[in-house]
Amino acid sequence: MASYQVHEHDVLVIGAGGAGLRAAIEASAMGCSVGLVCKSLLGKAHTVMAEGGMAAAMANVDDRDSWRVHFADTMRGGQYLNNPVMAELHAKEAPARVRELEAWGAVFDRTADGRILQRNFGGHRYPRLAHVGDRTGLEMIRTLQDHGVHQGIDVFMEMTVTRLLKDGGRIAGAFGYDRELGRFRVWKARAVVLATGGIGRAYRITSNSWEYTGDGQALAYEAGAELMDMEFVQFHPTGMVWPPSVRGILVTEGVRGEGGRLLNRDGKRFMFDDIPDLYKNQVAKDPEEGWRYVTGDKGANRPPELLTRDHVARCINREVKAGRGSPHGGVFLDIAWIKDRVPGGAEHIKKKLPGMYHQFKQLANVDITSEPMEVGPTTHYCMGGVRVDGRTQMSGLVPGLFAAGEVGAGLHGANRLGGNSLSDLIVFGKIAGEHAARFAKSNGAAAVNDAEVAEEERRVLAPFERADSGEGPYKIQQDLQATMQDLVGIVRTENEMAKAMDVLTQLRRRAGAVGVAGNREYNPGWHTCVDLRNLLICSEAVARSALARPESRGAQFRDDYPSKSAECGTYNVVVRKGPDGSMQVSKAPVVPMSEEHRAIIEENK
Amino acid sequence: MPATTFRIWRGDRNAGAFKDYTTDVTDGMVVLDVIHQIQAEQAPDLACRWNCKAGKCGSCSAEVNGMPKLMCMTRMDTLDMSAPVTVEPMKAFPLIRDLATDVSWNYAVKKRIRPFRPRTPDAPDGSWRMKQADVDRVQEFRKCIECFLCQDVCHVLRDHHKHGEFVGPRFLVYTAALEMHPLDTEDRLADLKDEQGIGYCNITKCCTKVCPEHITITDNAIIPLKERVVDEYYDPLTRLFRIFKPRP
Ligand SMILES: Cc1cc2nc3c(=O)[nH]c(=O)nc-3n(C[C@H](O)[C@H](O)[C@H](O)COP(=O)(O)OP(=O)(O)OC[C@H]3O[C@@H](n4cnc5c(N)ncnc54)[C@H](O)[C@@H]3O)c2cc1C
Ligand code: SF4
Ligand code: SF4
Ligand code: FES
Repeated sequence: MASYQVHEHDVLVIGAGGAGLRAAIEASAMGCSVGLVCKSLLGKAHTVMAEGGMAAAMANVDDRDSWRVHFADTMRGGQYLNNPVMAELHAKEAPARVRELEAWGAVFDRTADGRILQRNFGGHRYPRLAHVGDRTGLEMIRTLQDHGVHQGIDVFMEMTVTRLLKDGGRIAGAFGYDRELGRFRVWKARAVVLATGGIGRAYRITSNSWEYTGDGQALAYEAGAELMDMEFVQFHPTGMVWPPSVRGILVTEGVRGEGGRLLNRDGKRFMFDDIPDLYKNQVAKDPEEGWRYVTGDKGANRPPELLTRDHVARCINREVKAGRGSPHGGVFLDIAWIKDRVPGGAEHIKKKLPGMYHQFKQLANVDITSEPMEVGPTTHYCMGGVRVDGRTQMSGLVPGLFAAGEVGAGLHGANRLGGNSLSDLIVFGKIAGEHAARFAKSNGAAAVNDAEVAEEERRVLAPFERADSGEGPYKIQQDLQATMQDLVGIVRTENEMAKAMDVLTQLRRRAGAVGVAGNREYNPGWHTCVDLRNLLICSEAVARSALARPESRGAQFRDDYPSKSAECGTYNVVVRKGPDGSMQVSKAPVVPMSEEHRAIIEENK
Repeated sequence: MPATTFRIWRGDRNAGAFKDYTTDVTDGMVVLDVIHQIQAEQAPDLACRWNCKAGKCGSCSAEVNGMPKLMCMTRMDTLDMSAPVTVEPMKAFPLIRDLATDVSWNYAVKKRIRPFRPRTPDAPDGSWRMKQADVDRVQEFRKCIECFLCQDVCHVLRDHHKHGEFVGPRFLVYTAALEMHPLDTEDRLADLKDEQGIGYCNITKCCTKVCPEHITITDNAIIPLKERVVDEYYDPLTRLFRIFKPRP
């Protein structure tokens, strides 16, 4: 008798954030039966936490904006390691996807003439982020969820996929367990879309939730797909630093978009000290010009606080290391100063940043309308992920396996611009859903291999057999997070990363002997045991990829190679599981830009 | 800070009891941190939900010292730590295990509410024009993070178990957001009266008091909806009007 329940669909979507929901809606609209699996309850995925907005060149606020400028901004932000095909699709389709959300019930903030309002964000030349106060992600996920539940999608909540199943080379479905009873499930499917998000839990200080254990990346890797750009982990410059229990929680870039300034211990606006060459012509020459920019003066340039995240994070790091930081090891972010400059003062701040106001009031006892916040870098986003075809989102090596959203790679290159993720989700979620549906329609049913299922059952249950002898999972996870934070973090060197590789080897051994007590029902200890493998695969991929890039570019800063190298700009680092089970690293040439792409970059220099 | 005792509900659908755990509370900790600390050090199988740890996802709902709260937004220094701090699951829903309850009823209820149906777009590109002032109210309702704390505290559900007849404050807010959406053309008044059981609400305002998003559930959502239902069904003039002019 089978020890698992079987479900069958044309398309299985793993992950119910913005990307997964959008993919499921599209596949369903194309007439496919769709299953949608997620680790948490519906509507609680990471997307719900997004604050600032989604980037789309609708030109509602500044009519000089266009897909061409958005494309150029995205490529510049990604330091030209992006897949230009994806960057073009993204820039072109984002406006239609945003309007579609409105048609499904989303209520964005409005311009004076009643259109969707757009705000400034780091690295975007014009105000481009459609938003709802500082809870844009909630608006997106709720809109997709409320629309999606009426499309006949089968939703499986609080279930975790631990393995992708294959039939020969192609995808055949997925295996997992339900949280409530710990029972096994097999989802048979002709096509699978991964939309599982990022890897932030590999680090100690992170804005990411427990879900972000790199499951999708690891599932794809184990199934034989390639991961690309894994060295590029985005550290958001502004996370909370105090009190300790909230360390890492995000402080939206929207604060700086509204005029927030970064100050060191001496009250100095240090961001003016270091302007990178790539942005020389686009930065305000003094605070006054910066203020004019954030208040909509089209002739003004942005304040340096709105440079790309990698740069701002490193500047903060520098101030702290030089002993010019705030009392708890961050710097100050001050929005209170705009009070005297806007009508409504404190009320204006509360209206624009209600979430931040409450977050600081409740968690840190700080009133942001009268005091500065203390902030420091936090692990935020994974630019790398499953390597896919830019037009279809399908893995080149595992037919029928698609990836969209944060789990995919290509759009963001070496560094993602704020706001480009939410738009990524709906643009590429739709594309992945569409192509998965096409694949399902043109390929017959695949067979699930019982031996593969049995093997996975054994693996997942193994920690219970070591209930008495094995080490618990939490300490191993903490040690992993500390290793990545300290040795493969914002500033990297070959020596430290070599050390990290050794520690990872030990951690893999410990994880192989992990044990857990209790039973299978709703047992978080067991789930953490299962997650460990994924975190370890992703951590190893980050470290190995970082070692394969001896330069500093975008989110990766190498202390031993502090500048960019032209040679390194020609390839993306790719890893895959070798025949002997070890991780193999290779370099793939970047997808070349077309003539038109080059011309666009040139005209936006 | 001194060691503090936590009295946490442990159990499943069949049976359960409070169990005491003692642990150190440090500066700035919230209740969810304590639960995690106990999980890591003493009870690895302690079940609870959480995601964002910042009051944005509505996963970590529980009753702390008898008050419905988000555990991630309840600072320990707002609680009296000289006595044991009790943490127990929401009461209006069946227990799954420890602090996790079965909230699937809420998802089923929502699915039955008529979805958004916009008027035809105002502009050729498929977009609409709306004034900020006209969407302020709807945006207030759309702040809802679906923590279901209001459902937990509403006596119609909690004490009288009218889950079959009454949708609860969360879904009255949801319906209000649809009904007051400037673009929506659907009519949900009959449903509100019949399927959704708006008449069960006797405006005790307990829901508004616990809402972590500070949505004025009763004054801004429920009362206006009640008025619309009354105008539609109990106002003699409207009724007469309805007889002569059948709605589309
Ligand atoms: C605090 C914060 C603020 C942000 N603000 C912005 C912003 O303003 N603008 C912007 O563009 N971006 C922002 N981002 C980034 C953006 O929110 C995320 O990158 C994006 O939401 C990811 O969406 P997704 O659909 O790829 O995955 P998610 O929304 O994370 O969804 C992942 C889904 O996969 C499921 N899943 C994972 N593993 C498994 C498994 N093994 N089995 C089954 N299901 C699984 C999860 O349960 C979940 O449903 C922010 C991120 C954070 C953390
Ligand atoms: S006001 Fe109505 S909905 Fe709210 S708690 Fe009281 S009875 Fe329930
Ligand atoms: S209305 Fe408030 S209390 Fe009720 S579910 Fe929404 S956020 Fe929670
Ligand atoms: S964990 Fe998200 S609201 Fe508490």
